[in-house]
Amino acid sequence: MDKILVGLKRAVDYNVRIQVKSDGSGVETDGVKMSINPFDEIALEEALRIRERGEASEVIVVSIGSSESQQQLRTGLAMGADRAILVESGDVPDTLSIARVFKELVDRESAELVILGKQAIDDDNSQAGQMLAAIWERPQATFASEVVLDGDKARVTREVDSGLETLEIDLPAVITVDLRLNEPRYVKLPDIMKAKKKPLETIAIGDLGIEAGPRLEETAFEPPAGRQKGIMVDDVAGLVAAIKDKGLV
Amino acid sequence: MAKILVIAEHDGATLNPSTAKCVACAAQIEDADISVAVLGSDTGAVAAQAADLSSVARVVTIDNERNDPAIAAVLAPQIVALANGYSHVFGPSTAFGKDLMPRVAALMGVNQISDIMSVEGSHAFKRPIYAGNAIVTVNAPADHPVVATVRTASYQAAEGGNSAAVESADVDVEMPSHTRFVELQTGSSDRPDLQSAARVVSGGRALASEENFELIYKLADAIGAGVGSSRAAVDAGYVPPETQVGQTGQIIAPDLYIAIGISGAIQHVTGIKDAGTIVAINKDEEAPIFEIADIGLVGDLFAIVPELTEALG
Ligand SMILES: Cc1cc2nc3c(=O)[nH]c(=O)nc-3n(C[C@H](O)[C@H](O)[C@H](O)COP(=O)(O)OP(=O)(O)OC[C@H]3O[C@@H](n4cnc5c(N)ncnc54)[C@H](O)[C@@H]3O)c2cc1C
Repeated sequence: MDKILVGLKRAVDYNVRIQVKSDGSGVETDGVKMSINPFDEIALEEALRIRERGEASEVIVVSIGSSESQQQLRTGLAMGADRAILVESGDVPDTLSIARVFKELVDRESAELVILGKQAIDDDNSQAGQMLAAIWERPQATFASEVVLDGDKARVTREVDSGLETLEIDLPAVITVDLRLNEPRYVKLPDIMKAKKKPLETIAIGDLGIEAGPRLEETAFEPPAGRQKGIMVDDVAGLVAAIKDKGLV
Repeated sequence: MAKILVIAEHDGATLNPSTAKCVACAAQIEDADISVAVLGSDTGAVAAQAADLSSVARVVTIDNERNDPAIAAVLAPQIVALANGYSHVFGPSTAFGKDLMPRVAALMGVNQISDIMSVEGSHAFKRPIYAGNAIVTVNAPADHPVVATVRTASYQAAEGGNSAAVESADVDVEMPSHTRFVELQTGSSDRPDLQSAARVVSGGRALASEENFELIYKLADAIGAGVGSSRAAVDAGYVPPETQVGQTGQIIAPDLYIAIGISGAIQHVTGIKDAGTIVAINKDEEAPIFEIADIGLVGDLFAIVPELTEALG
């Protein structure tokens, strides 16, 4: 296989406890630590391993968003990606547009495999990979916990609610990855220096001629309803009494 | 009138409880006319279960060998053909629905609303983001069909007792052969599954081994509970992945949830926000799980759990 495309989304770091703005207009992201969406790091790690096994020749990381996403792309290059493409867009496009951007890049690059995270931990949508596979008219293997390539096919094990499902798919295809697929490597300092010299191309989203999807409008943000403060019991007898008291056993 | 098509989840014999929860969500929309689509190879039994659900006006079936087992790329074009004339297409936000519905949405040329937790109008819905740490209200454009997944933990299953008409449909679409089912490995267990269990006992990293998880299984069996886990326990190989509860595992709403040796990371807690009563057992009184627990007990699980099993058994 020649090229693999990997999506890297800039997202609020998973350790941050986010706050809803007091006027309900959004979530506070000023001064908040931003990182690569954790699932996307796993996607990149898988692509790098495929290339290192000699099963692909080039790994291209792609981010769609503001110019600040360059940071995440540079991290991806430091992890080992060969080059990066930033599709610059003022606001975050709708997911269908994101899928259409990927389709455009797949065509430009003649990529044979696209590996994405199964969801982004900010909007928790879990849609982009499936949408891309739909408009590309290619297979999707979502929530992958194991990927085995075999010529122009892949065997993908997926984490589903009842256990592990294995699919065989023809390439080209889209794979979205789950947490247990691999453990992403750490970036070393010399790699960060090397990454600065790797190519990072910027394309304005407007230049791709993408038709935006019918937009979903986000009208209000609120914190979740809290749970009422509970009680502490001293011992097992107290616990059993409290559970029985509520008629739960 | 809102014409709503609910995509049934099933295993060929039994309708998954997620479908009755989707129907309950759809029924919240004013003037809803609800159809349930059952795609399979021999849909009779499942269609009868769907027809029994209250608020369902009709069940539409497509029988085709290619639909068993379900593959998103095969189902999606058939659903798009069926959805013609509908204002809404809903599926559950289970692994099945999350895989399938975005493919349907993209083929229909619309964006998808994931994880509806409340209906605010025919085209307005609330959904959780950031692992449930914020709730956003989303308005969908009125001139396009709404394609959405329903956060099943937010709904009580629609009741039975109905007898909706069952119609079979013929769709003439091309089904791809680029995706093939190989196998499904399921842990053989007689315990209730997490989505429908009224009680769930979950263990975390503190269990420290697969063998020690026996403590969790024994307690679960003593009270007829399903078994859940934290990501740390799954990653360490103590329990299979389908037991993971949380942002990236299963979102559940049992009447009773007992978290044992689980710290209460936001990614875990988001999976149990709708549980009736949360019990936490943890040796660290500062553990964040106690912030959301209804009943907390500080102590060593290896002493507490056998005693609790004895007392409840
Ligand atoms: C992208 C992403 C997604 C994630 N998704 C999920 C998810 O879906 N579900 C999930 O669970 N996690 C998820 N996580 C991981 C999450 O952040 C936590 O790391 C994980 O939940 C911790 O598991 P734990 O509580 O078992 O382990 P720990 O945090 O290590 O907690 C162990 C607890 O056991 C207690 N303990 C230790 N010994 C004893 C004893 N003898 N008796 C009693 N108590 C004891 C300790 O006090 C501690 O509180 C995700 C993380 C990321 C980055």
